[in-house]
Amino acid sequence: MRARAHVGPGRREARAWSGERGAAGIRCVAYNNQSNRLAVSRTDGTVEIYNLSANYFQEKFFPGHESRATEALCWTEGQRLFSAGLNGEIVEYDLQALNVKYAMDAFGGPIWSMTASPSGSQLLVGCEDGSVKLFQITPDKIQFERNFDRQKSRILSLSWHPSGTHIAAGSIDYISVFDVKSGSAIHKMIVDRQYMGVSKRKCIVWGVAFLSDGTVISVDSAGKVQFWDSATGTLVKSHPIANADVLSIAVADQEDSFVVGTAEGTVFHFQLVSVTSNSSEKQWVRTKPFQHHTHDVRTVAHSPTALISGGTDTHLVIRPLMEKVEVKNYDAALRKITFPHRCLISCSKKRQLLLFQFAHHLELWRLGSTVATGKNGDILPLSKNADHLLHLKTKGPENIICSCISSCGSWIAYSTASRFFLYRLNYEHDNISLKRVSKMPAFLRSALQILFSEDSKKLFVASNQGSLHVIQLLEGSFKHLHAFQPQSGTVEAMCLLAVSPDGNWLAASGTSAGVHVYNVKQLKLHCTVPAYNFPVTALAIAPNTNNLVIAHSDQQVFEYSIPDKQYTEWSRAVQKQGFHHLWLQRDTPITHIGFHSKRPMHILLHDAYMFCIIDKSLPLPNDKTLLYNPLPPTSESDVVRRRTAHAFKISKIYKPLLFMELLDEGTLVAVERPLDDIIAQLPPPIKKKKFGT
Amino acid sequence: MAALEDEFTLSSGVLSAGPDGLLGVEQSNKTDQFLVTDRGRTVVLYKVSDQKPLGSWSVKQGQLITCSAVCNFQTGEYVVVHDNKVLRIWNNEDVNLDKVFKATLSAEVHKIHSVRGTEPVLLFKEGAVRGLEALLAEPQQEIEAVLSDGEVIRWTKLFMVFRHPVLIFITEKHGNYFVYVHMVNSHTLSKYTLLRGQEEKSVIQSFTASVDRKFISVMSLSSDGCVYETLIPVYPTDPEENQRVVSSLLLRAVVSGSAPSGVALTVLDRDHVAVLGSPLSASKECLSVWNIKFQTLQTSKELPQGTSGQLWYYGENLLMLHGQSLTVIPYKCEVSSLAGALGKLKHSHDPGIQVMPPFVNWEASQGDGLGSQHAEQPRRILRRRKIEVSSQPAVPPSKQLLTTIMKDSEKHIEMELRKFLAVKTPDFHAIVGDLVTGLLGRCQVEPSFCPRNCLVQLIQTHVLSYSLCPGLMEMAVKKTDVQLLQLCLQRFPDIPESVTCACLKIFLSIGDDSLHQAEIDMESVFDYGDSVQGDNVAAPVDVLQNGFSPEGDTCLSCCQEVPAKPQDAAAATPTCPVTPQRAALLNAILHSGYSEAFLLPHLKDIPAQHITLFLKYLYFLYLKCSENATMTLPGIHPPTLNQILDWICLLLDANFTVVVMIPEAKRLLISLYKFVKSQISVYSELNKIEVSFRELQKLNQEKNNRGLYSIEVLELF
Repeated sequence: MRARAHVGPGRREARAWSGERGAAGIRCVAYNNQSNRLAVSRTDGTVEIYNLSANYFQEKFFPGHESRATEALCWTEGQRLFSAGLNGEIVEYDLQALNVKYAMDAFGGPIWSMTASPSGSQLLVGCEDGSVKLFQITPDKIQFERNFDRQKSRILSLSWHPSGTHIAAGSIDYISVFDVKSGSAIHKMIVDRQYMGVSKRKCIVWGVAFLSDGTVISVDSAGKVQFWDSATGTLVKSHPIANADVLSIAVADQEDSFVVGTAEGTVFHFQLVSVTSNSSEKQWVRTKPFQHHTHDVRTVAHSPTALISGGTDTHLVIRPLMEKVEVKNYDAALRKITFPHRCLISCSKKRQLLLFQFAHHLELWRLGSTVATGKNGDILPLSKNADHLLHLKTKGPENIICSCISSCGSWIAYSTASRFFLYRLNYEHDNISLKRVSKMPAFLRSALQILFSEDSKKLFVASNQGSLHVIQLLEGSFKHLHAFQPQSGTVEAMCLLAVSPDGNWLAASGTSAGVHVYNVKQLKLHCTVPAYNFPVTALAIAPNTNNLVIAHSDQQVFEYSIPDKQYTEWSRAVQKQGFHHLWLQRDTPITHIGFHSKRPMHILLHDAYMFCIIDKSLPLPNDKTLLYNPLPPTSESDVVRRRTAHAFKISKIYKPLLFMELLDEGTLVAVERPLDDIIAQLPPPIKKKKFGT
Repeated sequence: MAALEDEFTLSSGVLSAGPDGLLGVEQSNKTDQFLVTDRGRTVVLYKVSDQKPLGSWSVKQGQLITCSAVCNFQTGEYVVVHDNKVLRIWNNEDVNLDKVFKATLSAEVHKIHSVRGTEPVLLFKEGAVRGLEALLAEPQQEIEAVLSDGEVIRWTKLFMVFRHPVLIFITEKHGNYFVYVHMVNSHTLSKYTLLRGQEEKSVIQSFTASVDRKFISVMSLSSDGCVYETLIPVYPTDPEENQRVVSSLLLRAVVSGSAPSGVALTVLDRDHVAVLGSPLSASKECLSVWNIKFQTLQTSKELPQGTSGQLWYYGENLLMLHGQSLTVIPYKCEVSSLAGALGKLKHSHDPGIQVMPPFVNWEASQGDGLGSQHAEQPRRILRRRKIEVSSQPAVPPSKQLLTTIMKDSEKHIEMELRKFLAVKTPDFHAIVGDLVTGLLGRCQVEPSFCPRNCLVQLIQTHVLSYSLCPGLMEMAVKKTDVQLLQLCLQRFPDIPESVTCACLKIFLSIGDDSLHQAEIDMESVFDYGDSVQGDNVAAPVDVLQNGFSPEGDTCLSCCQEVPAKPQDAAAATPTCPVTPQRAALLNAILHSGYSEAFLLPHLKDIPAQHITLFLKYLYFLYLKCSENATMTLPGIHPPTLNQILDWICLLLDANFTVVVMIPEAKRLLISLYKFVKSQISVYSELNKIEVSFRELQKLNQEKNNRGLYSIEVLELF
């Protein structure tokens, strides 16, 4: 295959997943032990849920909101997720419908900290005005119960004693210990402002942790980790670990290890170690430092087997504890999650347009062109550069959830958490006119996924109530054709859509309930693909054959024949032999699947670090063959080329790769997002002297 | 580490301890409470943690308590005997001992024993044993006599072995000691005669015992100040027969035997014993804790006010009478971590020795210590019998080997050594050091004695270092034993520079004839081809040094200085200037470690012609090195290029003024000079190229830089 690849628009334009003001750093992480899920909130208010059992896949996300900066995130009983932020509201998320269930003002000014009781039935928030408020969690809401003794200054950190009788609250310059029953402060432990002889203006207690033996561990802005005895209110031990703030702390459930994150980007692991062998006397020892971040580690979490950290540099780092890992498989490797596991770019093949989705705006670009030709690897001179056609800003504070451009390029649709927008575009030579289609129906308030049919006559919208709407598009208006209602009893939202090029079939997948295929002509459910344990990361229906290709987060790829309602022969053969072990060990999910209109045997898929063309006509690689075989030189004889060839043609020339699609037979468009550009947009890290004075 | 903590006294006023001390201290049924019986009429119950008495009971005036009160762990009552025959049983609520239960027995009681898990057991003076219950059922029952006339019970103790109480008591009759083991449940009694070796004449002053599954280990402290151990099987093989048990020396001279108030010994745990008495050096009495496995004194505490020579150990407390008051010294033995110990010792180690870390097998030495000791015990005794000449009661094989070294013939030593080396003992490296010192010591005394093979064997164990046996290399230098020197150079990690230099002198000066005879390890020498000393037939070959020929040097001035003689080329031809044997020895020098500052002064002492020879050899090696691309020499473990160049520089630094005056060295110096010059020009050329390379690289990068937007041609498969 020979293709002309349009690479880029690189730098500025491809900043698709991040906010306009630069990449959104991680603010909080919360780990849920029961479901092995990790909730991550970013500075723009986005909350993402990662399933650590499903190969660390980001299976759900809640769009951000300009005013909803989350400062705290926690899981409670029944795997309910709450966040609180500087707008003073406590927010509960609906993990099924993927929207905000309700937001409730705590009436204490900005909320700096929040923690759930050990039983998970109560919620405690620490506010700007120095109040600590206790909320009872009821099955459908939360209810204010009472205030604890008001403190002088804002409560920046909170921790419950595992028995639920006491709490520790970190404030500015001191830590208070409260009795939960009476709500009164029983101890006030003053934190030393000085650090290494230098007196700081204030010492902010960024994090506290209450252990079951009554020890309170605090981390503060003077770079200290301190151990306090809550019974006597005295300082037991102090570990100065950083020259900058220590920002976060998380303790393991067994209370035998904890982790702290500093503003220098370092994560320290502390462990409870026996003083001598066989002795029961143990002490906390700083065992391992990790430097996986360049910027502030704003938050850390401690899962039974891993240390999780996130910060301003936007990376989510999952560092397995080697001593806790039983099997040395790929799960024991360090994970660094930087890019979203969703596709944020759509393209109009006919007009060669790319639509980039940003947090608060959309950008429409027309690809450039060239008249030159060249050989493999040449960069051709441009006869026309890429044009920035449109910059579409959203109204309101909400982030964009999803967007799509139709294949003909004349429709653009996007949705925020509360509004759905549809635009009609008219092209007259170099001018573009944009017209919003008004009077959207009430049920189309919010969409999780939008898709246009290939002929741009139909619009498919997955709403967060679980229903799928089919809308017929007319010139300047629309007509609601049908709504596929979710299976009775489920309200699970559909996140991924795929439509067949002939427009007959629509495939939709939720976060866990499998893939449903609908017949668009007859407007009824056609079949359901057999359920699979791992969430779907990408879906596509091949032209002509109507084979549905499904990629899962465990890197399995299935091909399902929609007309036959069964897996294809090729898919069965792949499953029988199994994928190459290196294929299964990739750590980013496949986010997009495409097809070549003239080569039915080819499937194009890509993740963040490679793209692959699967040639179904070639033999499958087994574990002994080289998976990433570079293109053999043309000088080699055909025999050699054929012998080394296998079905997986993998190329890593573009990375990190956000989007790749075949525009026509000879044109491929790839969008790269160089990491250097993300780093360049971050605020400068704390400067550390490396040499001398 | 075993440690004694700070002592504290229990209140002293209540007790009326006589000059003979107390009658006994026994455990109560609550931990940390003890029943103290004095020699008069009083029994006091103490709580140690509170340091105060909880209760006190006295018998009527005129009556005398004759054996220490115990607690019946099954009922919680206390039992005491006064006036030898009258048994009293009471509990905490009772106030007056006169009003409590009383039973008069038909025979005199020696001692009541009570341990957890069984009823109290009474030992009568005649040696009979009764359980308390059986006795109370019929107090006047007849008590048989077990001991013969004149036999006196000296010491007694009750153990629980597999939940069965076993009473052991030791009697004395006319200076002979007998051990009785009485199984209380089955009423089987076995008697052993305690055979004593050297300590025959001394008097046993204190006994203590510990028990494991099969053996009761009785330790005794004799008046000669040594601790002896005797192993007595719990289950006798033949109970009828009068068996003999042998005691063996465990600890040598821990206390002086002539303590005014006697000495006492008690077992603390598997590895530790506590000894009360005055040490040999001091007159003051002292409580010391000894590790019997390593035979080391762990800790000790002075007791200046004197003791009664009695020592009790319960739980974690050592109790004794210090002056007039009962003193408690808590004893702790924490298992210390090896890492902690090493951390403390780190600085005291010579870094040179650590190259070959003397690994001690802690598993073996710490493992079932008592068990392994038992296993070894009979063997030791046998050996002692065999070697009657030895004055030591139990000789470890190493000691024995040392004595062999001192006296026997070379052949015999060699055989013994081979036997010894076959079994690796935990303190192997220390013993090997001792052996070498022993051998060398004898060498000095007897000039004819030359145990070369033994020394070679010992060096090859890889555990020796120079600092372990400094005399070894000196002797080899004295005897110009090049083989031994080569071996030492190869094996020792810490040879001082002066010795290295002495070796070098010998290697350079020794005659070829003697070299041919010596067995030299030729591993490091590759085949130098037809290199015969003084044979100049090899045709001059143009050697390309690093691709740069000195012949092609454009520097005319230096070329003119070189006399254009045909033999001039000989310096550049790769013919080895020394015999392979000498080359092997010199390679050993090249491989050894050194520090320049210390080596340079010694190098100045080497005669000039030897320096020239060594330089020639080094130059030859360098030429050989530059023959291949990797700049290495062929062969196993050859000298590296860095070692060769370092030594050339060192030799020239040390002796340049001398060498430059020698006519035969001139040619060598000139070729070295040319060599360096050519190297410099090669590197300057490379430096010039580097800039161009960098530019090329930059161009290449620019080509790959796609910019914000680009259209590329991509061939996909």
